[in-house]
Amino acid sequence: MFATAYGLANVLVFVTAALLILVGAIGVIALKNPVHSALSLIMTLFGVAVAFVAQSADFLAAVQIIVYAGAIVVLFLFVIMFLGVDRREHVHVEPLVGQRAFAAIGVVITVAGLIFLMARSHWVTGALSLSTNGTPVATGQANVKQLGTAVFTTYLFAFEATAALLVIAVVGAVLLARRERSLQADEVDVDEGVPS
Amino acid sequence: MNVPAAWYLILAALLFGIGAFGLLTRRSALIMFMCIELMLNAVNLTFVTFSRTLSDIGGQATVFFVMVVAASEVTVGLGIVVAVFRRRSSTSVDELSELKG
Repeated sequence: MFATAYGLANVLVFVTAALLILVGAIGVIALKNPVHSALSLIMTLFGVAVAFVAQSADFLAAVQIIVYAGAIVVLFLFVIMFLGVDRREHVHVEPLVGQRAFAAIGVVITVAGLIFLMARSHWVTGALSLSTNGTPVATGQANVKQLGTAVFTTYLFAFEATAALLVIAVVGAVLLARRERSLQADEVDVDEGVPS
Repeated sequence: MNVPAAWYLILAALLFGIGAFGLLTRRSALIMFMCIELMLNAVNLTFVTFSRTLSDIGGQATVFFVMVVAASEVTVGLGIVVAVFRRRSSTSVDELSELKG
């Protein structure tokens, strides 16, 4: 039914992306070993990249793979290995009574409300006629050109601000993770107990 | 013809819900950061879907900036996790109770 209406390839791509995203996301929150969670996160990020390609966001899909799956998850794995916390977490301990049930109720209400609101407003913010009457978002190399033009003209100030943000983040991370020289002598015996 | 935007929006809402549930229930700071990444990805998917529906490249430009902010957030956040672990030998957020009133 859907295959005839929207084309078999489109439906197959959507189902693949949805399966990758949902299975990976459930893996992230359900698996006990942090390393397994990080690998599940890669699966979700690949699924999102597939969804990006299917919606003509080719450049963002490439950035998604390079930055998220390539850099951020590797950073997660590096920290997990560095700290040696790849042992199992006690997920059955519930410090607050009924926290899990309240969280589930709140999330279900939020998601149901979101979907209800979007369905009420015909799945777009505003009517379709209010959309910019420009050309449709291009695919392939033309998408890179469109996005580059937008980033370097309309969003130039935001782009420059992200440069400053990245420098601040790098300096801050180095400052946070740096060991203070005066404390180094006291912490030697503590460090030996930490597998790194 | 591509599948309707509604499918992708429902998928993004479900992904956001899963991420929010994990953030509320898991105790390890590392897993909580991963759940924040899940929620950011759900929002990115919504932006790209609206970008396609409304034929506006601005949605994709916004996703670009969200990715930059997410990268710097993870960098600083993991730096804090490493600093806390050095002092407490644990990444559980329940142990960080010095500021309790």
